[in-house]
Amino acid sequence: MDFIHNNILSLILFSPMLAALVVMLLPGENKDLVRRVAFALSLLPFALTLVAWFGFGAAPEVDGFRMQEQHVWYPAINSSYHLGVDGLSLSMVLLTTLLTPLALLASFSVEERVKPYMALFLALETGMLGVFLSLDLLLFFLFWEIGLVPMYFLIDQWGSKGGERELWNGIKIPSRRYAAFKFMVYTMVGSLGLLLAVQLLGVVAGSFDLLALYESWPALSGTLFGYEMGTIKAVAFWAFAIAFAVKVPIWPFHTWLPDAHTEAPTAGSMILAGVLLKLGAYGFLRLVLPLYPEQAQQYAPVLALLATAAIIFGAFSAFAQNDFKRLVAYSSVNHMGFVVLGIAAAAFAAGTESAVIAVNGAVLQMFNHGISAAAMFFMVGIIYERTHTRDLNAWGGLFAIVPLFGALLILSSMASLGLPGLNGFVSEFLVVRGAWPIFTQYTALSMLGLLFTGAYILKGISKTLHGPLNEKWKGHFADVTRRELLVLSPLVVLMLWLGIWPAWLLDVINQAVLKIFG
Amino acid sequence: MQIPYILSAIVLLPIVAGAVMLFLPPKNRDLIYRFALGAAFVTFLLTLVVYLGFDTAGPRFQFVEKYDWLPALGISFHVGVDGISAPLVLLTGVVIFTGVIISQRIEDRVREFFAFLFILASGVFGVFVALDLFALFFFYEIAVFPMYLLIALWGWKQTREYAAMKLTLYLFVGSVIALVGALAMYFSSGLGTFDMIALESANFSPAFQNLWFPFVFFGFAVLGGIFPFHNWSPVGHVAAPTAVSMFHAGVLMKLGAFAALRVGIMLMPIGAQTHMPWIILLTLVNVVYGAFIAMTQTDFKYMIGYSSVSHMGLVAMGFATLDYNGLVGASVQMVSHGVMTALFFAVVGMIYDQAHTRQIPELGGLMKIMPFAGVGFIIGGLVSMGMPGFSGFIAEFPIFMGLWAADYPWIAIISVVSIAVTAAYILRAVGRVFFGELPAELEGHMHDVKPSEKLAIAILCFIMIAIGVYPNVIMPMVQHGVDAVLALLGGA
Amino acid sequence: MFASITPEMLLAILPEISLLVVMAVVFTADLILHGKRSSLPAWLAVGGLGLTLLLTGLFAQPGAQPQLVWGGMLRHDWLAFIFKIIFLTAALLVTLLTVGWQKVWLKGEYYVLLLVSTMGMTLMGASADLLMLFLAIETTSIPLYVLAGFVVRDDKSTEAGFKYLLFGAVTTGVMLYGFSLLYGFAGSTSLYAIAAGIASAAIPAPVLIGTLLLVLVGFGFKVSMAPLHFWAPDVYEGAPTPITAFLSTASKAAGFVVLLRVMLAAFPAILVEWQTIIAAGAALTMTVGNLIALSQRNIKRLLAYSSVAHAGYSLLAVAAASELGVVSLVYYLLVYTVTQIAAFGVVIVVWHTTGSDEIADYAGLHRRSPMLALALLLSFLSLAGIPPLGGFIAKILAFAAAVEAGLVWLVVVAVLNSIVGLYYYLVVLKVAYLDEPKSDKPVPATRPQAATLLVSVLLMLILGVVLAPWYNWAASGAAGLF
Repeated sequence: MDFIHNNILSLILFSPMLAALVVMLLPGENKDLVRRVAFALSLLPFALTLVAWFGFGAAPEVDGFRMQEQHVWYPAINSSYHLGVDGLSLSMVLLTTLLTPLALLASFSVEERVKPYMALFLALETGMLGVFLSLDLLLFFLFWEIGLVPMYFLIDQWGSKGGERELWNGIKIPSRRYAAFKFMVYTMVGSLGLLLAVQLLGVVAGSFDLLALYESWPALSGTLFGYEMGTIKAVAFWAFAIAFAVKVPIWPFHTWLPDAHTEAPTAGSMILAGVLLKLGAYGFLRLVLPLYPEQAQQYAPVLALLATAAIIFGAFSAFAQNDFKRLVAYSSVNHMGFVVLGIAAAAFAAGTESAVIAVNGAVLQMFNHGISAAAMFFMVGIIYERTHTRDLNAWGGLFAIVPLFGALLILSSMASLGLPGLNGFVSEFLVVRGAWPIFTQYTALSMLGLLFTGAYILKGISKTLHGPLNEKWKGHFADVTRRELLVLSPLVVLMLWLGIWPAWLLDVINQAVLKIFG
Repeated sequence: MQIPYILSAIVLLPIVAGAVMLFLPPKNRDLIYRFALGAAFVTFLLTLVVYLGFDTAGPRFQFVEKYDWLPALGISFHVGVDGISAPLVLLTGVVIFTGVIISQRIEDRVREFFAFLFILASGVFGVFVALDLFALFFFYEIAVFPMYLLIALWGWKQTREYAAMKLTLYLFVGSVIALVGALAMYFSSGLGTFDMIALESANFSPAFQNLWFPFVFFGFAVLGGIFPFHNWSPVGHVAAPTAVSMFHAGVLMKLGAFAALRVGIMLMPIGAQTHMPWIILLTLVNVVYGAFIAMTQTDFKYMIGYSSVSHMGLVAMGFATLDYNGLVGASVQMVSHGVMTALFFAVVGMIYDQAHTRQIPELGGLMKIMPFAGVGFIIGGLVSMGMPGFSGFIAEFPIFMGLWAADYPWIAIISVVSIAVTAAYILRAVGRVFFGELPAELEGHMHDVKPSEKLAIAILCFIMIAIGVYPNVIMPMVQHGVDAVLALLGGA
Repeated sequence: MFASITPEMLLAILPEISLLVVMAVVFTADLILHGKRSSLPAWLAVGGLGLTLLLTGLFAQPGAQPQLVWGGMLRHDWLAFIFKIIFLTAALLVTLLTVGWQKVWLKGEYYVLLLVSTMGMTLMGASADLLMLFLAIETTSIPLYVLAGFVVRDDKSTEAGFKYLLFGAVTTGVMLYGFSLLYGFAGSTSLYAIAAGIASAAIPAPVLIGTLLLVLVGFGFKVSMAPLHFWAPDVYEGAPTPITAFLSTASKAAGFVVLLRVMLAAFPAILVEWQTIIAAGAALTMTVGNLIALSQRNIKRLLAYSSVAHAGYSLLAVAAASELGVVSLVYYLLVYTVTQIAAFGVVIVVWHTTGSDEIADYAGLHRRSPMLALALLLSFLSLAGIPPLGGFIAKILAFAAAVEAGLVWLVVVAVLNSIVGLYYYLVVLKVAYLDEPKSDKPVPATRPQAATLLVSVLLMLILGVVLAPWYNWAASGAAGLF
């Protein structure tokens, strides 16, 4: 037990990778075995996370982080294997380890090359967890990038079957390949600045350890390469900010997202929307704000403006879609806008009560969006599997034949919409409450955006569930299966639970937020 | 740990094995192949012993042996490894072993093929371990020459004559020019010795160093593929047979970079400090231009060839920073790139042997047929694009840090573009070749790779991942070597 | 008179005595055979040369101090000794290569002439007096004129002999004129008294340079220094191949040893000038040789031009005019002799089967006879200066000597030339290894030929790997000159 306690974070981090290796060693012909083993093993990180979650309060805190582990990794450039969690990261870890088993369960319908699929998924989990757990900038970057690889292949290989995209000169490639490539290249190119800035920080500060950097980097002044330190920091700030902005994605860096979400396999979309987008927001909170408090404050209005744009344009775009999956994808842009708005508000007014409230809302919104977006994408996946279309106009009146499905869809849509009593409401309310005194105009505009959120959500629901029944699907559309219900029920439970009593999560988050912004 | 004669054994074993092979019965391919495999395996083990036996707390040079060769001129057979060369020795051992494994399909004049390959290997080992300037040149040219025959005889029919000649002449020009510089050093030092350790403390005058450094540096850097003398390299890669491409890109190019470091930078540090600010611009061209040219290629091997130009540019760039981080990164990059390209060429060779085409658009869907090779290639690709968690990142990251530390921010910013470009062409190639549809004309002609080839791929992948996941498997050694270089540079 | 002959004096000319005896034996045998074709003279010559080599090596070693013997005619020093060994080795190998060569090899007079010429060379290497030198040169040359035109039925051979004779006579005449001037200035024919004589007579430098040039015409012809190289390709091509091998190795080495001796001993007064002249000659020689070699289709002509180029590299060592220069020259000639003989050995063997010296007929030699191709490969690589063969060491030493002497520009020229050289060597190797053979018939070598090839290839390797003994040997030769 001591071993588990002392190395809990490493165990959480690498158990999915180990699981991936185990899966690779299974006989490939027996798909069912592979699926079951993969799912069973993915519960292990979740169980470990629960251990961590309940042991969190008791663990000693050093410099704001608990359960730290530090080992030699790359001493040549003063980088070490340094892990640690605070409330912020732990809640994200929980989200990740929770969603991964559900995504794997949702993937039981994948028939092609099950083994590499499952292994990649588990590897992806390690990549995502690494970002949340790292307390070393280089390690952070490592996991930041490494997560791209499995996702790339998941979209590229197991993405939607149909569709072609024309490139140039009439060259056509499958849409999913286009989407995967765009996803990879956008994120990589976005990260190039981050890469350079990380190097710069390492060179200037002589260490990649976040705890050391928090101390030394913001305090640095003087000149570098003949430029004022302020200029250098501003450039580095934007290098960080753009990398994370692409991932969140903040408008106008979001164009990869609808493609990737639409083409990814169902479970891929679940994780993409559920966890991957959070990596960007997490980057802002963990790195950008603490490392560049001055620059963050200076440029916060810009971020707020972009966030507002994301909320409004995201909603508009979502409303304009006839592809259900694309609609949900744009809704992510819309919802993540609130996260960024909260972050921008906190950056602008760090230290105030409103800032703390806004960040609390933002983090909670990250969690909530993770749950509701995963649920939404899964629902879309269910319809798609049965009808092989994602066209909103192809359905209609499904409520009549699949009431359970209809009920669940409405519930998650409402959670997404921010209906009071469900989880989305709590977090959006907190963000708006926190941001209002800081960026009043922007917040007001965002509220308008919220109206359109209602509009597209209702559009989605009415086009699928209401109206005249498209006779085509009668008898061809079975209701939710037990497996699907198993995937959805934890999500639905959490939606309700967090909507009614979010304190259990907010308390943990708030601890961290107070440390950083209080 | 001190194991007597081990370096001599490593240097001599391949060439002796090669000579013996020349007298084996030519018809008995099996015997020849087994003999070659055995010799390569033993060599590999010896290099592994050297690598594992290197004491990172020990003296700068280890496993040192010194025998008089031509005392009248102060020439000795003086060998030893430091933290920079020990990994390269292992790399060579790995590449010769895997290269022999991959060469099973050679049909024509098998014994000569392996004999020349082993002679080449001896030359390479010799350069890496030489602590005597004369010995270094001696082995350098031994390493260069067999390339001609290997490419001309067993290479790709369309370009082999041209490529082999071009390569040999380029490298030969480089080496003799460096040789003149080395002789100038010998006489100017007044020490009457070719011993490089002694020459390190010769204190050549700044004027002398400034004059001769470019000759020596570029003489060797030609083999490292430095712009604008890189032209021979992609052409040579393409024309060479698989194992030779592996050797060529995997090890031989490192030879140039390594010798440029050992003879150029380490013996003439002041000259290096004078000239590096403009040389670094050339390396920038290497890095960025190489990547863009690679992107435009449709021939698989050309693509990898130009990617080598780009990646070797990073090595030269790391050296050019003359900074601790840059040197560490460049030293690791030599190993990382060596393993990576060896893997690339091995996989391309496996594909070409069956598909008889290397045009990327004409291939497709190979993942289903040779999944193991495909995964190997993808891992190589990830290394190539500097994906964290693989050796390429571990190597490139400090190189960039070196750029920052040495006050070249713009160079860093511009060269980072190459990473994105590399990602683009690697992904494109992976997508086209391994996924997508298998072209009809290849249907039924392609088979999975042999188990032994899988072993080769696995070894190469293992190294890249091991370094990537836990850099400390190589770092203390490299740091140990780089510290000494820095001391020569005046602790800069 | 005989009373003054000491054992040392006899030992000093032991090789010559031995050669005379062998010559007499071969001659007698030939007389007894009375025109009947027999291999006896050949084997007698081989045995005799081997014995002479053995005797020389064992008993004719000079002491630590150079000695003038036979009234100052000869100098018994290490340099002479080394070159005697070179000449005898070359003669032995060439004789072995002759075995089985056309019908020539059954003729006794061939060997007699070869032996006479060899004897002339050994005397050239030791000459310390202008008169002796001239006699030795003529003793060497006249038999070679005959040998070059030995195959009377072959027009090319006749032409070669005649051309060689004609140019040889003219240049020797010019050289003789130079000798007479030297004698006039210095009042002595002894090489080692000339310098002092000239110094005391205060001869103006321009005059001395003029004299030097005259002398150089003769030596330059021997070593085929440009622009006196033009005879070489025609003669090399036309002469019987073993004689070509002999001409391009031993005869050339002999030229170099006298050049070295005369320059160092007689012209210290104008050291810088002659260094410059030789350096310029070296640059010109190697460049001309290499550039023209590029376009050759006939392997003998190619080797001829390459041999001109190598004369250029050797002159580089001479131009250094230093102890290291002499060492490197000796090393160079050692290596070059065995290498060139190996190369011509291959040419001879191939000619036997194909009857052609065209490079194109070497196509696929490797598929026909891998070992022969290997010999060709190694000898050409040695010529190109690739380790671990002797040529590499020779090249490095020569470059080193020139760098030491401050002739960096010349080294750069040489470097560029060596690239050109590498190119055409590679072209031949490409043909032999890569091109498709015209026939599958193997190209067999006779036992003596194979043995010669084996020995010379081994020597090439030994010279390239085991350096110290040879270097020290050459150094002891150089020490005697300074």
